[in-house]
Amino acid sequence: MNRFATLIDRLAYEPRRNAKVILLRDYFATTPDPERGYALAALTGALSFKHAKPALIRTLVSERTDPVLFGLSYDFVGDLSETAALIWPVAARPQDEIPEQPSLSTVVETLASLSKTELPHRLAAWLDALDETGRWALLKLITGGLRIGVSARLAKTAIAALGPHAPDAIEDVWHGVTPPYRELFAWAEGHGPRPEHSDPAPFRPVMLAHTIEEDDFDTLDAKDFIAEWKWDGIRVQAASARDEDGRVVTRLYSRTGEDISNAFPDLADALSGIDAAIDGELLIIRDGVVQDFNTLQKRLNRTAVNAKMLAELPAAIRAYDVLFADGRDWREEPFVERRARLKRLIREHGSERLDLSPVVPFDDWDGLRAARRDPAALGADAKAIEGVMLKRANSTYLPGRPKGYWYKWKRDPFTVDAVLMYAQRGHGKRSSFYSDYTFGVWRAGPHGDELVPVGKAYFGFTDAELRQIDAFVRRNTTNRFGPVREVTHTADEGLVFEVAFEGLSRSTRHKSGLAMRFPRIARLRWDKPPREADRIETLETLADGAAMRLAAPSEPDERTS
Amino acid sequence: MRPTDLLKVLPQGLYCPPADVFIDPVRPVERALITHGHSDHARAGHGAVLATPETLAIMGVRYGANFAGSTQAVRYGESVTIGDTKFSFAPAGHVLGSAQILVEAGPLRIVVSGDYKRAPDPTCAPFQVVPCDVFVTEATFGLPVFRHPPLGDEVQKLLRSLQQFPEQTHLIGAYALGKAQRLMALIREAGYEKPIYIHGALETLTRLYQAHGVDLGDIRKISAEDGTLAGEIVICPPSAIQDRWTRRFADPITAFASGWMRIRARARQRGVELPLVVSDHADWEDLCRTIRETGAGEIWVTHGAEDALVHWCHVQGLRAQPLHMVGYGDEGEAEPALPHDSQQASGAA
Ligand SMILES: [Zn+2]
Ligand SMILES: [Zn+2]
Repeated sequence: MNRFATLIDRLAYEPRRNAKVILLRDYFATTPDPERGYALAALTGALSFKHAKPALIRTLVSERTDPVLFGLSYDFVGDLSETAALIWPVAARPQDEIPEQPSLSTVVETLASLSKTELPHRLAAWLDALDETGRWALLKLITGGLRIGVSARLAKTAIAALGPHAPDAIEDVWHGVTPPYRELFAWAEGHGPRPEHSDPAPFRPVMLAHTIEEDDFDTLDAKDFIAEWKWDGIRVQAASARDEDGRVVTRLYSRTGEDISNAFPDLADALSGIDAAIDGELLIIRDGVVQDFNTLQKRLNRTAVNAKMLAELPAAIRAYDVLFADGRDWREEPFVERRARLKRLIREHGSERLDLSPVVPFDDWDGLRAARRDPAALGADAKAIEGVMLKRANSTYLPGRPKGYWYKWKRDPFTVDAVLMYAQRGHGKRSSFYSDYTFGVWRAGPHGDELVPVGKAYFGFTDAELRQIDAFVRRNTTNRFGPVREVTHTADEGLVFEVAFEGLSRSTRHKSGLAMRFPRIARLRWDKPPREADRIETLETLADGAAMRLAAPSEPDERTS
Repeated sequence: MRPTDLLKVLPQGLYCPPADVFIDPVRPVERALITHGHSDHARAGHGAVLATPETLAIMGVRYGANFAGSTQAVRYGESVTIGDTKFSFAPAGHVLGSAQILVEAGPLRIVVSGDYKRAPDPTCAPFQVVPCDVFVTEATFGLPVFRHPPLGDEVQKLLRSLQQFPEQTHLIGAYALGKAQRLMALIREAGYEKPIYIHGALETLTRLYQAHGVDLGDIRKISAEDGTLAGEIVICPPSAIQDRWTRRFADPITAFASGWMRIRARARQRGVELPLVVSDHADWEDLCRTIRETGAGEIWVTHGAEDALVHWCHVQGLRAQPLHMVGYGDEGEAEPALPHDSQQASGAA
């Protein structure tokens, strides 16, 4: 447990992705089975312990500590597991009587069979044996609070670093292996056979697109490409197949390979007969009309599905690729061939829950540019479209983000001129820079016009611009709050940013009543006095009038290609 | 004589009426006794100063030779009598020269501990228990969540990181007096022999430690020719850890050596990537142990988390009270300011 605790303690503070990979790789390389496998399971969220609840921890601690001291400590620390881990009294014991510390494997294996009534006693004994970091890790692990910024993809990259295979190769076998992953590690280290899929409907790593740049059009030939709408939904993969006993297994995966089937029971019927693996966009389609991302978000935010929600927010998949069909892998086939096969599949199995993403006809780049500008003119549901996708007709399906095959060409972002109000220090390489900016626009206040914060951005600028903004922040600080500086923002003095963003929606969680999606700094307007920045009314009009394209903030790369 | 006749709290600090002297006054006074060289305890501008020779030397390099009208050195174990009151100095184990001051009048004994610790420190004399009737204690880490870890583990954390990330500068924030030098000594004890680089602000105090016979190995002040110092250890004052000065280094991993690093939210708030829990103050258990060992029946708590320690004393059947003294909290090991209002700023978006 202690080695695992040391690892996650270090990971929790480490902001650099590469450093996390090194820390994980080193841990996997020097930790025996099954310990490392359970660590992998813990990090990727594959473990759950149903009996361990915060109330139990509170009870155990209060039996052992003075309530006044515990109260003062909890107030100071602010986190129950951490307070419990630190305050847990350690009995004085002779040097030679060091109790045996539980390994992570012991914890996982014991908890799998332990009854609820035995848990408090066992947990207390473990806490007695561990040190502060060990106790913290144990409590975080069993209460499900182990959020330390390690994605499944990152863990797989670290496993790949153990041996000759690429991260995508690890991804390929991932869904057929289970904790503690002995066969996976053996293969990853190059001394075992490749684990065979035991899952008849496994996840297959997805192919991602690059953002197209203006000069790309000079080198790319429009005739080589097929265009589709870029749907503003969630990228999913659906797979259905029969297992050894002939039962149909149907699964829905997120683009990172998480099984999200349970959240979409209304898709199970539509998918169960396809006997294939398809790639597509998950959308809410009501009466044949694709709804905007904001509507989809309402469904995503719920953890439990109920009948009312299923009726009001019906999920559907708009398919654009086929990866597996007719009992064979289609990923080696060119896109045109796959598309033809997909068309046939939809003809046979299509329904209001499953349809085909249409192609966008065009002759040259200017033609496509026009289509992109006005999807409605081509009869598409414009409010659910955020641009076009370009796919090379002869490209095979390659996992990851290979260059030159798929491009996304988003519609132009919205922009607004806003005033820098607060700046916060960045992390890692940027920790000596004020690199996270809160910006605002004007609104009428009780004492005349005032700025109201409408968003936060921490990229979009060049390194040179970052240095300029940083210097500006330092010279024009009016107030400090820990890592945050308030920056001059009057009508005449301050820094105006041209902020680009993908959408805007009404939100009660924000002071301004608006939530901006994916904001970034497009330009520094040194030339512009703050009084000329935009007003909140402009944004409100946009949020209401243009609601069709607008939605709550989220990292677009998490859900689109 | 009652204890409060011998020592009482005035706005300037702890005052001893029969001898007309202050201990660690926060404002300039005629006559001051100083426990140790941290700037919140040792201030410039007093008339006469009585302290250990090391503390006087520290005040000299920090404030210049004329930091007081006159000075008198008292070694550990020695005492000075003013009128009917006797003052003796005993090691406090906090930093070089740090002393507890025993104030005696007749049979009444009060110990003013200043800041102290019980954990081993190769750079200063170890704490010595002085039996007394009233023990005046600090409570910087006066909550039971503070149990400082074994020092070896913390240094290993640093050395392991150097092995895993040999391309990156390891930049450690540490208080200029005491913590920085103790850290150097601990790193040497762990067998690290390469040069340790320091920020210019640490130089005079580090050289002073060395001049007092503390072996710190090869310590080099950073110069322009040193380049990015990839894979090297650099120690700087906490205020410099995120300063523009750090841009010269190779993708620095920022570490911070402080007892506060025990609390995750504190470490994260400072943007620390490698928190090292190394403190020059007694942790909770050492505060409680020390109170018991002095045999004192009455405890006065000067600064820190007074409430918890006073509560603990009451449960133990000891008389205890907070002195609510204003102006203390080490140079930096005082609790870092919380960005209360930053929530507002960040929550706005
Ligand atoms: Zn001090
Ligand atoms: Zn102090």
